[in-house]
Amino acid sequence: MSDVSFTRSEVRPAYRKAADETPLVKAVLVLLVVAVLAVLLFAPLLAVFAEALADGLGASLAALSQPEARSAIWLTLAVTGVAVPMNAIFGIAAAWTITKFDFRGKALLLTLIDLPFSVSPVVAGLCLVLLLGANSSLGGWLVASGVPVIFALPGIILATMFVTFPFVARELVPVMIEQGKAEEEAALTLGAGGWRVFRTVTLPNIRWALLYGVLLCNARAMGEFGAVAVVSGKIRGETATMPITIEMMYNEYLSVAAFSMAALLALLALVTLVLKSLLEWRYADQLSASARH
Amino acid sequence: MMRPVVNKSPMPGFGLGMGITLTLLSLVVLLPIAALLVKGAGLGLAGLWAVASGERVVASLALSFRLSLIAALFNLVFGVLLAWVLSRYRFPGRRLLDAAVDLPFALPTAVAGIALTALYAPNGVFGSLAKTFGARIAYTEWGILIALIFVGLPFVTRTVQPVVEEIEREVEEASATLGASRLYTLRRVIMPMLAPAALTGFALALARSVGEYGSVIFIAGNIPMKTEIAPLLIVIRLEEFDYNGAAAIGIAMLTISFTLLLAINAVQVWTRRRIGYV
Repeated sequence: MSDVSFTRSEVRPAYRKAADETPLVKAVLVLLVVAVLAVLLFAPLLAVFAEALADGLGASLAALSQPEARSAIWLTLAVTGVAVPMNAIFGIAAAWTITKFDFRGKALLLTLIDLPFSVSPVVAGLCLVLLLGANSSLGGWLVASGVPVIFALPGIILATMFVTFPFVARELVPVMIEQGKAEEEAALTLGAGGWRVFRTVTLPNIRWALLYGVLLCNARAMGEFGAVAVVSGKIRGETATMPITIEMMYNEYLSVAAFSMAALLALLALVTLVLKSLLEWRYADQLSASARH
Repeated sequence: MMRPVVNKSPMPGFGLGMGITLTLLSLVVLLPIAALLVKGAGLGLAGLWAVASGERVVASLALSFRLSLIAALFNLVFGVLLAWVLSRYRFPGRRLLDAAVDLPFALPTAVAGIALTALYAPNGVFGSLAKTFGARIAYTEWGILIALIFVGLPFVTRTVQPVVEEIEREVEEASATLGASRLYTLRRVIMPMLAPAALTGFALALARSVGEYGSVIFIAGNIPMKTEIAPLLIVIRLEEFDYNGAAAIGIAMLTISFTLLLAINAVQVWTRRRIGYV
């Protein structure tokens, strides 16, 4: 035995080889990963832009300036303009309550916040229809009082909020646990009031994590399809968001129009990814562990 | 002595924070889910079973869960490999690849759906390629599978990656010094460390695939009994104003999903107990 190890040390293989794959294995694995991602991720992305520009940039811009397309863009902006800030407020409130206090049922609360991740968006929409649709007692009353929720803007906002509900809270909770509450307690001892502590101590500490959560929440909110499809009723020019309009145009074989709007959302996705990577790269220490890589 | 419901704390804002949290949680998530459960209770077990055991419903549920399991298994294996390559190897374009992994999170599902259909339809780039081999991808189960793999792709990678980065090289070196081959080290030292995180990612990918709608319906062809997924059947029932039918399928989906997630959770506890926390 000692003989073998002696010869080995004489041959002296490159340092660290023992805990590393050979260059050939590495090259094969890298190529494999690149090939699979090229087919699965990059090809669809390219396809969106290729199809959108099939008749030239002019045609696709013209398609986007149609009244139907413009009202869809405005509706999507309006929905996210309400849903995302609401979920940000929820996320901050939930993270503050969960990380700064000790109370019974905390684990249950965390589970309930995560619940929308394991519920299908279509089932989420179904739940809202059953609760607030015109043939439920609550929904019937709402329609009678002139505020229909289902097949109207409030329903779309609620559906969007449901599917994006955990995003901000999930990002903030781990960050705020890690930061602890010593700084806030110090500020309190020095006589600062609650709001002042939050504004001047907590908020600066969590701002990048908050932005990160809002970014992901926004991307999902603008693109949500399943839940919105169920509650929107797909009324042209009224309750058709951008993804719903894509579906309607696609089913009418308006390929350029559908893919032009899809390209707009794909651009949004790319901007989201760039900003997300910048945040991860620049402020890694201020994001939750799952966001650092 | 009983633990108090809330431990006294000088920190302000408990009432306000808890108030906002519980109000929004109830209005947006809990009440709607309760409405579904109440509807289900109104139907009774027999009523639920009558709908959920219908031929078309069983076919769609079986299709959804079978393809989601296959897609999640693919993503489990490929996701671990991807996490390993991205955090261990250095090669040009690695940062770009790393950022691109999140594309399925950022790209709206309807966009992914029509893009995949454009590629895999018989006149698309990959579809026509498959046609020369006499195969069809879009409007068959293969198309659905590709869409489900797409939406579930990032989960395992993102849960496993931080763990790979935390692994201390010394552990692998110790294993190598003791005479283990590289493969043996990977199998007996590295894999057990990655298993819990990989299972978490697997469960997330599975839950996401089962409920996926937008990216699937375009490529699926939606032929009843063949390529009709369960979420689509819910939408069809709703369009027919068959609320009982929709609710029963929804409850069946939730029940199967949660049972699967519980089972995965149990496996996770078992692996943790076997190998300890890492």
